[in-house]
This record gives sequence, structure tokens and C-alpha cells, in this order.
Amino acid sequence: MNIAIASGKGGTGKTTVAVNMALSLKDVQLLDCDVEEPNANIFLNAKIEKTEDVTVKIPEIDKEKCDYCGKCSDFCMYNALAVVPSKVLVFPELCHSCDGCKLVCPKDAVNYKPRTIGKIEHGHKKELDFYQGILNVGEAMAIPVIKTLKKKVDPSKNVILDAPPGTSCPVIEIINGSDYCILVTEPTPFGLHDLKLAMEVVRHLYIPFGVIINRDGIGDKKVEIYCRNKKIPILMKILHSNEIAQLYSKGIPFVEKLPHWREEFIKLYKRIKEDIER
Amino acid sequence: MKQLTIISGKGGTGKTSITAAFATLADNAVFADCDVDAADLHLILKPEIKKTMGFHGLKIASIDKEQCIECMKCYDHCKFNAIDEEINIIKEACEGCGVCEYICPVNAINMVDRDSGFAYVSETRFGPMAHAMLKTAEEASGKLVTVVRNNAKTLAEEKKKDLIIIDGPPGIGCPVISSISGVDLVLIVTEPTLSAIHDLERILGVAYHFKIPAVVCINKCDINLDNTEKIEHYCKSNNIDIVGKLPYNNIVTEAMVHEETVIEYSEGSFSNKVIEMWTEIGGRLRS
Repeated sequence: MNIAIASGKGGTGKTTVAVNMALSLKDVQLLDCDVEEPNANIFLNAKIEKTEDVTVKIPEIDKEKCDYCGKCSDFCMYNALAVVPSKVLVFPELCHSCDGCKLVCPKDAVNYKPRTIGKIEHGHKKELDFYQGILNVGEAMAIPVIKTLKKKVDPSKNVILDAPPGTSCPVIEIINGSDYCILVTEPTPFGLHDLKLAMEVVRHLYIPFGVIINRDGIGDKKVEIYCRNKKIPILMKILHSNEIAQLYSKGIPFVEKLPHWREEFIKLYKRIKEDIER
Repeated sequence: MKQLTIISGKGGTGKTSITAAFATLADNAVFADCDVDAADLHLILKPEIKKTMGFHGLKIASIDKEQCIECMKCYDHCKFNAIDEEINIIKEACEGCGVCEYICPVNAINMVDRDSGFAYVSETRFGPMAHAMLKTAEEASGKLVTVVRNNAKTLAEEKKKDLIIIDGPPGIGCPVISSISGVDLVLIVTEPTLSAIHDLERILGVAYHFKIPAVVCINKCDINLDNTEKIEHYCKSNNIDIVGKLPYNNIVTEAMVHEETVIEYSEGSFSNKVIEMWTEIGGRLRS
């Protein structure tokens, strides 16, 4: 079973839920897919055993063959190429590696070369199989890193995917194809507004979902009322507590100090499994 | 005209609450919500929309099944796996490159505009605002950020405003880069948690990469004093100034629940600290 953890709003507790759930279950594979700001391993401290680069193909112009006709730059939808008299400028950060420039070049002057934009790290924390994607600082495109990371999914395991905040391309790439999505929110107007946006995305992708309310008690009751009215399952409520906030700040998963929470996450997993099988 | 972007790397550190507070304090500014994925600033500033513009992100392939001869060339050439074996376009996967249109031998494919969302020009109780809405499961948020920033610039010129305050998105990727490119200063809002410190280092790397001056605000600075000290030490050794330290205070959430900025909601010591920080930032923007 493959469960994605997403949220819309940032900082609601996705990584907290992903890590604590991963540590409570057996036979788990955890993938930190927030490749822009991966944080799961701060809590996990998995020993990284293997690192591989994520590369994309970018065009390289053969100056001997190029006659500066400009067809490549005209074709490129991403403005990754510009042809000036006797020079072709390549802007690698903008390239989507579609192969279009190579296809349209009448002189066969476009070659491709690999360019590293990030990496995938693999390690273990005891039995737990852990992967994380890391986008290099200054790079714009998270998608190729996420796609490479998702290839590591082991369907025989209980897979947990920790997503970044937001609702656009990276989030869709991650949650698409999941069996279930947990949306983590907080009981505030921002939390509710962004929960509604995230719900639209999971509904659009036909993924069954439920909600976890984190820091329950800080704001108002509107998230809870909304979920009850719309018959959206509230899977869990994590009461706002100084103790949990302190543990979070130090990078300690709260199930390690508050072991009764392990039972809660096991129950949560069972409930999700029953939901999907139904 | 000066531009200030509020970013954080990690989400949920308080960007929007601080941006909204600055909106109350700035006397001649335009506001821009560039977190187009999950925009929240409008919940507090309650803009009255004056103008709505359709936003077309990337194009999308459209196949005329009548003309298609099922040669599979488009399927073979698509690098995004956006065409299935029955020659249907998978909307979420198409990145609009146009290779399929080019390769099709019978001209059965056309690249068409996709309606990706809306950009708005509005008025708030504190001044003009540019914002946007990205439709569900649409892409090109970086491009929409650029549209919002251009609208904000036009507004500032028309209304003779000398500052644009930009609420940025979390992360370090495409929409963040679009939100900070060419601005005069970024304010990075962090908190004393190990996650936020990790993310702070990465977002500072982005600001440095694009040569944009950065200052830091430590929000909820009293929830872990050791970590606050770590941030101070890190900033000092990298020559980055900390312009504000705000204690944890539930009035920030209370103000949000009342749909007010924290400055409107409370005249207490927390608001005074925000005012001090704003004064400090204002001084830097003028110099």
C-alpha cells in the first residue's frame, strides 16, 4: 500500500506524521519527496549508504555544424535557447529536456549532455528503508528529481511518501498513483483554506483521502466542522502541546518519547487499509 | 521603486502573517501574493477585485482523432509520457513542448492554450494588491508568479507607490526563484527548529546564488533558545543580519481567526516588536 502525506499549507506537520507513522509500522519504505526542503532525515537519522546523481539532458550546440538559423530557439517553448549572430546561448535551468531542438535542427548540430540537478540518497534506520531526493540549491525544476525518486518505490512494502506543501506540479507528481492521501492541516483559517485546495487536487486525481488535524486547539473549530459537514474522515487529531513542539524543534520523533502514539498510528494505518479495501 | 520578498524555505514559519502586518505598517506600498499554489494573504487583506485576467500557462496538445493514423510517432517521441497507447493526452503530464505537433505526419495535433488560472488586480484597506489563483492540478506556477509581479509593478507605477511587498512561496524551486529574482531585499522568516534551520541554510544559498541581499527574522524564538542561539551564530558567521526576533504568541493565530493583521488586532509588545523590525527593514530599503 502506498500512502502520500500532503497538505496545501506549509508547516502543518506532514513530515511529523510521515516519520512518526513510518516508525510505528513494520515493513516500511519512507520516501522524502519534498526535494526542495527535505527534512525527514533530521528526525530519522538514517545512515546514508548510497547516493546517486539525478541528471537531465541539456542541449550542446556543435559550432562546426550550426549555421544560426534560429529554428531551435523558435521551437523551444521554455526560452531555453537564444540565437544571436554567430552564437547560440543555452539557459540550462529553463530546459525541460523535450528533445525538440534536436528534432528541428536541419544541420544535426544539437547534441545532448547530462547535467546534474540533484541527488537521491538511500539508507536504512534499522528495518526501515529510506530514500530522499535533494534538489541542488539554485535549481528550478524539482520534477526530474521526484520522478527518479518515485522509481524507487517498492510495492511489496508499506510505502509512505512525504510531499512538499502546495498544490501544483511537484505535489501532483508525487501523489498521483497513490492508494491513499493523508491531508495534514491545522485548525486555522489558513489551514482550512489550503485544505480545501488540497482536497480539490486529490479529488481531481481520484485518490481516497482523510484529514489529520495537527496542533488541535490553537485556532478555531472550523476545520472540524467543515470536515463533519462534508463527511470527510478526520483520521486523527494531535493536540497542540509544548512537549510535542519541543521534541519537534530538537528533531526527535514524538513516538520515541510518547510510545502510546505508536498504537494510534497502527490504528490509523488499519483504518486506512480497511477504507481502501472497501 | 523597491521590492521586498518574504520567504522561508520551510513552510508555516509565519511568512503571510508577517507580510500582512507589514501591509498595515507600510504607508505607500503595493502588495503581491506570489504563493500562487496556496495563496492565503487575501484571507486577511480581503481584496476587492478590480480586474480579473485569464492566465494561460504552458500550452497543451490536442489531438484530432479523425485525422490520426495511429502511427505512434507522438507516443514514441513524448519525453513526458503524456500520450497513452490509445493516443489520448494525459493532461497532468503534458508540459506543452510541442514535439508531438511537430512530429505528426498528418497534422492531427495542435498545441492549444490551457486555462490555468486567473490573475487579479485589487484594492485593499492598506493599498493596491496583485494576486492570483492557479486552477486545480495546473502547472507553470513560476510563470504565474511573474504575471503577479508584473501586475504589481504596473500598479506601483500607476498609483505612484515606492515599494512592493511580496509574500513568497515555501521551498527553493521555480516559484521561489521567480518570486525573488531582481528584488532589493529578501526577508527570510525562520524558527528555532532543526527543520527550519536546515531549510534556512538552503534558502540562503538560493539568495546568495542569485546575488540578492538577505536578512533574517527568527519567529517563535523562545520555543527553543539553544536553536535560536545556533541560528544567531550561523547568521553572524555568514555576515547575515537578524532584523527581528519574535516570541511565540497565540495572538498571531487569534488575529488570523479574526481576519485581521496582528498590528490591527493587538497593541501589545508583540506588535511593537514587529514595528521595530519593519522600521529596521524600511531603513535598509531606503539606503
